[in-house]
Amino acid sequence: MRKGVLVKPYERLEKAQIEKIHEASLSILRDPGIISYNREAAEIFADNGAEISSNNGYWRISIPEGLIEESVKHAPSVVKLGAREKENSLVLDGKEPRVRFGTGSEANVILDMDVEDFVSEKSGIERRFPVFQRRRGTVKDLCQSAHLCELLENVDFFLRNVNIQDDDITDDNKDVNKFYASLNNTTKHVMAGLTNLEKLDDVIRMAELVSGGRKEPIISFIACVTKSPLQFIKESTQNLIEMTKRNYPVVISVSPQGGSTAPIQEAGTVAQQNAEILAGVVLSQLVREGAPVLYGSNPLRVRMDNLDNMYGAPETNQYYIGGVQMARFYGIPCYSAAGVGDSKFPGIEATAEKMMSHLFSSLSGAQYVHYAFGLLEGTNTLSFEQLVLDDLHVGFCKSMLRGQRIEEELRDSLEDIREVMGTSHKMFTRYARKYLRAGEVIPFYPFDGDANETLIKARERKGDLLAAPVEEIPGDIKKGVFQEFDVLERIR
Amino acid sequence: MIKISEELFAKIKENVIKGRRNEKDEDLEGGSVGEPGVKELIEEALEGGIEPKRLIECINDAMVTVGKKFETGEYFVPDMLASAEAVSVGMDVLEPQLSKGGIKKEKFVVATVEGDIHDIGKNIFAMMLKGAGFDVIDLGTDVSADEIVKTVKNEDAEIVGIGLSALLTTTMENMGVVIEKLREEKLEKEVLVGGVAVSNEYADKICAIYCADAFEGVDKAKELAKKRG
Repeated sequence: MRKGVLVKPYERLEKAQIEKIHEASLSILRDPGIISYNREAAEIFADNGAEISSNNGYWRISIPEGLIEESVKHAPSVVKLGAREKENSLVLDGKEPRVRFGTGSEANVILDMDVEDFVSEKSGIERRFPVFQRRRGTVKDLCQSAHLCELLENVDFFLRNVNIQDDDITDDNKDVNKFYASLNNTTKHVMAGLTNLEKLDDVIRMAELVSGGRKEPIISFIACVTKSPLQFIKESTQNLIEMTKRNYPVVISVSPQGGSTAPIQEAGTVAQQNAEILAGVVLSQLVREGAPVLYGSNPLRVRMDNLDNMYGAPETNQYYIGGVQMARFYGIPCYSAAGVGDSKFPGIEATAEKMMSHLFSSLSGAQYVHYAFGLLEGTNTLSFEQLVLDDLHVGFCKSMLRGQRIEEELRDSLEDIREVMGTSHKMFTRYARKYLRAGEVIPFYPFDGDANETLIKARERKGDLLAAPVEEIPGDIKKGVFQEFDVLERIR
Repeated sequence: MIKISEELFAKIKENVIKGRRNEKDEDLEGGSVGEPGVKELIEEALEGGIEPKRLIECINDAMVTVGKKFETGEYFVPDMLASAEAVSVGMDVLEPQLSKGGIKKEKFVVATVEGDIHDIGKNIFAMMLKGAGFDVIDLGTDVSADEIVKTVKNEDAEIVGIGLSALLTTTMENMGVVIEKLREEKLEKEVLVGGVAVSNEYADKICAIYCADAFEGVDKAKELAKKRG
């Protein structure tokens, strides 16, 4: 099992403030309530005592407080996520601030990096520089990404992070192929959204074939149930209902944008987001009591010059922390976000933006932090070089957050200090060795150099990793999968 | 006897590589405490009548392995220094036997020059030198040119070289002073210089040998010893 790092969480909000936000969310769900474009959802709420008013093509639902509080109690605190390799399974406990990081988004663009030699016209100095090229993501990219994430130690789960846009990918074969590409290239837990709800049972059947009947599901789903502000989308709400019926873990993911689709104020966005997620949680528990769900907190602030997303904004981090604290208040595992850069290129700006949220999201104690690797230009672009850098930096966060061992360390250190003071050299190096060997100390920054050299080194590391063999699904199981499902020849 | 000594050589080698000076020391992973280290093993070897010369060969052999591990990135500086320390302790045990046999260790004087108290580099250099089998006279920090000259004069015959360190550009100039005074006293010793402030150009200017770091310093010290034959 991947245990993650148990943190002593940074509590930006006081308990009384959390309760106030909770009350505000209840009040929002009562008035103005939530709009549903999904008929079944509206009917389920109506059957359970919510006030429904029908409009042209949508329903306005006013949810009574009692229904919310009762339903939220049924959402389980512990959600188990299996994996092809048992050691990679996860147990998320909403009451325990134990942090794990994974990938995320469904990036449209892959940023390829090459290295070319340049000669200065002025001085004749020769230098190597990275050059970049943008292109549409393919199913091969998704395979490669899963392979890379399999080998990077700090990636705890794989959320499909490439939108596969090959010419032969259609609405009918996209789901099976994206899950297969992910499952065949990583033994970690795989999560994705669904393109075509009709394929839900195919995907589940395939995952069950691959897992060989393991109890914990080796895949789970994302349902972006609401569009902010406060609107249940027809299709994704149906996804949540169907996934819940099948008892598969689902993230109820919402993404209010402070300043455009949500208030810019921290309290306003956190309260609105909380209302949106609670509405989804209530729906899931009404469909199936005890259904495993994650509190999908994905807020951000927008830019004031063009209303684009601004993941690197300080307020985005405030919203993140608020989301994590609210999830902990309900004891529901939190799917949070970190590590999205607004920068279009890997390197300094991207890393600065990412490190801020890597630190704050993990400090706040989110159980399942997605988006953490390789994303650029918001969530639109994926860079494998940045992914390699992010793995190292997430490792820094994990090291920083690991629990203290004051008593044991004092005992050792006092002995060491006395010993060292008796030597002529007065160096403690000898005693650093066991921490180095235990992997607790990162020996040095492995991509040391100017901005360009750092990227070139990260690219070399990527190449070394991808040269390693893939731990594929065993041949006999594959055969069964291919008999039932249309998996593209080139990724088999 | 042959079999026993072979086992002992292997153990000495292993413990040099693990950087264990004595039975109290941990190995790289924090284990092995209570098992004999280099000190106990060399003592056992001497008691068993094994020639000191063969023990030195064994230690040198182990240090070659350590050097390789460092070059390939398997070992870090703390590992290197721990091994050097283990060798140093072993050499101390061997010392009386070596003297008796008329074998003299080559001496090296090291110091941080006057006005400067920074000694991490100098200490690493001293540790590594001891690990390479030198008898190191470490004069410490903030050492005046006169004191260095006096030491060199007293120990003249066996001194292979002098290692000077400075971190500050202001104190670096005192390296030149030391060399001038050595020349005035007709002490024709090679001087290695190192430290953040020092550059190749400066070393050339004062007729010293520049060392980029402690490890290069040790290599150059070994070359000097070789030249001396």
